[in-house]
Amino acid sequence: MPEAAQKISIQVRVNGKLHSREVEPRLLLVEFIREELELTGTHVGCDTTYCGACTVLMNGAAVKSCTVFAVQADGAELTTVEGLEKDGELHPIQKAFGDCYGLQCGYCTPGLMLSAMQLLDDNANPNQKQIRKAIAGNTCRCTGYQNIFKAIETAAAKMRSSSHGD
Amino acid sequence: MYPQAFTYHRASSLKDAATLLSQLGEGAKLLAGGQSLIPLMKLRFANPTHLVDLNFIQGVSYIQQEDDALHFGALARHAEIEKSPTAAKIPILRDCAAGIADVQVRNRGTIGGSIAEADPSGDWATVLLTLSCEVRCAGLTGERSLNLSEFLKDAYTTALSPNELVSEIVVKIPQENSGSAYLAFKRAAPVYPTASAAVQLTVDGDRCKEIAITVGCVGLLPIRVPQAEAALRGQQLTPKLIESAADAARTAADPQSDMRGSADYKRQLVGALVKRAMEAALQRARGQQVEVSHIYA
Repeated sequence: MPEAAQKISIQVRVNGKLHSREVEPRLLLVEFIREELELTGTHVGCDTTYCGACTVLMNGAAVKSCTVFAVQADGAELTTVEGLEKDGELHPIQKAFGDCYGLQCGYCTPGLMLSAMQLLDDNANPNQKQIRKAIAGNTCRCTGYQNIFKAIETAAAKMRSSSHGD
Repeated sequence: MYPQAFTYHRASSLKDAATLLSQLGEGAKLLAGGQSLIPLMKLRFANPTHLVDLNFIQGVSYIQQEDDALHFGALARHAEIEKSPTAAKIPILRDCAAGIADVQVRNRGTIGGSIAEADPSGDWATVLLTLSCEVRCAGLTGERSLNLSEFLKDAYTTALSPNELVSEIVVKIPQENSGSAYLAFKRAAPVYPTASAAVQLTVDGDRCKEIAITVGCVGLLPIRVPQAEAALRGQQLTPKLIESAADAARTAADPQSDMRGSADYKRQLVGALVKRAMEAALQRARGQQVEVSHIYA
């Protein structure tokens, strides 16, 4: 029988803040984020690696946090939706989702915004096809996606224009 | 959904992983990308008592060229292969890596894990069977190398012994004037394909010198179509001959009816995919830049 009580020490930096915890190996990363760290912006949707509602960035790469064990994130840097806002200012992606009506019920939105983050980190000026491919792992059952595409295009344009001065 | 409780082990090297497998016995499983294993564990279809995590081993996710072959460390992730200029030397590898599931899954999933799982609906085996591909396996006493066709035994079954793991995939770069393409039909990005086809060919002037055709998701293993290959070798690839190759692929396919479609439907589909993959491979062999992407329902 496995030792049910096995606990593993992990250190994870989430939105810039370092957290140390003892976790059971079977604890999923999404549950670690929600239950242990009480960051409930990351959602559990299908819980079967399909819908992408649980998407977070792990060392800059979008992952479905329902399909990673918390112990695997030991030493990693995570970004969740709570990490997008800076100094009381919404991130351009957050702002664009609002301005473009890129959400209705909002359940899928945190995951979609983090997939958009990875896309725009890799490619400042994505075309329609690249946007579609980048969010193909995120399911939205309300919007029909058109306003989500618009939101990501709008955010990309905004981020390009504000980085001109750099 | 929580998996059943298990004991977690972090391997420090491939050798260490093999040692752990031998010590822990039957209840132990390896954790690479985890994109198939973790969902199976959550559904309690897989209930390992020990999990050996390979993700903290250093230096096992390389993608490099040595002479006329590309070497992929077992933990090379699909997304890394998709973006690698080295892997792009064999265009069909990029078609495959870029089309697996979605961004999130590609960021985690590994080529070694995919080959070792031998899922009949997986992508890598279908593609790699059209190439000269060796699977290096690490065990307690060293390494051995197997042809991919010897490595794959049956659905979810490989030649790996209980204390062995995949360490490297080696793919020979095809000769000049070669082209290849991989196409799948999918209902949505995150799901497995309904059917897929991979074509690797070499042209000599306007004739087909060498060709390999494999169809995927339409049998317990990916299926090579030697009848079609033999009929095309040395020939001009006319639309009529391409159509006959598609027919041969339909005949060779051995699909099962399931929620993705009936056996008849998949048979029709796989022929159409072979045709499109051949056309794209031919254009690429002639030096044209052709973007290939999966077809979504």
